[in-house]
Amino acid sequence: MSRPVSYNLIKKPLESDISIVDMPDGHQGEGFFATSLNKVIGLARKNSIWPLPFATSCCGIEFMATMGSHYDLARFGSERVGFSPRQCDLLMVMGTIAKKMGPVVKQVYLQMAEPRWVIAVGACASSGGIFDTYSVLQGIDQVVPVDVYVPGCPPRPEAIIDGVIRIQELVGKESLRRRNGEQYKLLLESYGIQ
Amino acid sequence: MALTNEIIKQRLTEKFGEQVSNFEEPYGMLTFEAPKELNLKVLNFLYDDEELKFRFMTDLCGVHYPDNKGKELAVVYHLHNMVDNIRIRFKVFTDIDQPDIYTATGLFSAANWMERETYDFYGVNFVGHPKLKRILNVDEMDYFPLRKEFPLEDQTRVDKDDEMFGRG
Repeated sequence: MSRPVSYNLIKKPLESDISIVDMPDGHQGEGFFATSLNKVIGLARKNSIWPLPFATSCCGIEFMATMGSHYDLARFGSERVGFSPRQCDLLMVMGTIAKKMGPVVKQVYLQMAEPRWVIAVGACASSGGIFDTYSVLQGIDQVVPVDVYVPGCPPRPEAIIDGVIRIQELVGKESLRRRNGEQYKLLLESYGIQ
Repeated sequence: MALTNEIIKQRLTEKFGEQVSNFEEPYGMLTFEAPKELNLKVLNFLYDDEELKFRFMTDLCGVHYPDNKGKELAVVYHLHNMVDNIRIRFKVFTDIDQPDIYTATGLFSAANWMERETYDFYGVNFVGHPKLKRILNVDEMDYFPLRKEFPLEDQTRVDKDDEMFGRG
């Protein structure tokens, strides 16, 4: 029997007409505010992520809904979807990646400038999904390092937004030195990068 | 007089005698086979003959019959007579240990792509093909994935628990 689907049963009043991000921890007084550079840069970065959609199948369609007015990823500072890897911060791989497509994903990742993040949307990008077969890459983490995995086949737009928020958390908390660190270098070397 | 399966069959037996065999008509489509050395002769005859005029190749594909000893690999040609709108199916068989078959690229340009695909998935060696290399799979692949001895699942992976996938 079909069930009526109803969302937003509980009305949530807006906290304010214009929502702005919270201030980071710091010291403030008359005419000054002091905090660490890490926090300021993290705050700026996490609320202005430029996503690069790499959509190969049905998860890409869900992403299009996510970008549309109903779900509106722009609310989270990702208004501008870039289609050049050189300008983007977040590689969103959505859909089945065939083994022949693997080098293309890696090439796109290499063309992105640091700092860069990767999100694998859907079962196929995360693990190969139902395509346990000779021609499909069993998860994009075999060719590029992945920060966040979004499960689902395909995931709902809410799940994709949740994934992007997780990325924002990572971006906001990331140390400025992380990308120069030994651990990060080893991670990239394990993927044969640099 | 319209071209019928009987006429095609008759013309082929006149020309090639006992060498064309196993005539069948599943769902009305004439199907027959010939020794693999004759594949180009048969295709040329079907193409050039003023009455038959099979001048369009709709499909070329491979089939693997692992139990058919000595004739494990089949190459199937689907031909179309556009004038009389008649289709036929022509099969040749080859030993899997020496899967050499003459290429049909000289006759049908469409065979170029499809022979590369057949090579890619079944390892049929089309003698005389201008560029016989993999077309759909990754170049590094070192086996022919649609041969029956290879299970569908990727055998190299270690991260999936067989028990969880019902094949433990």
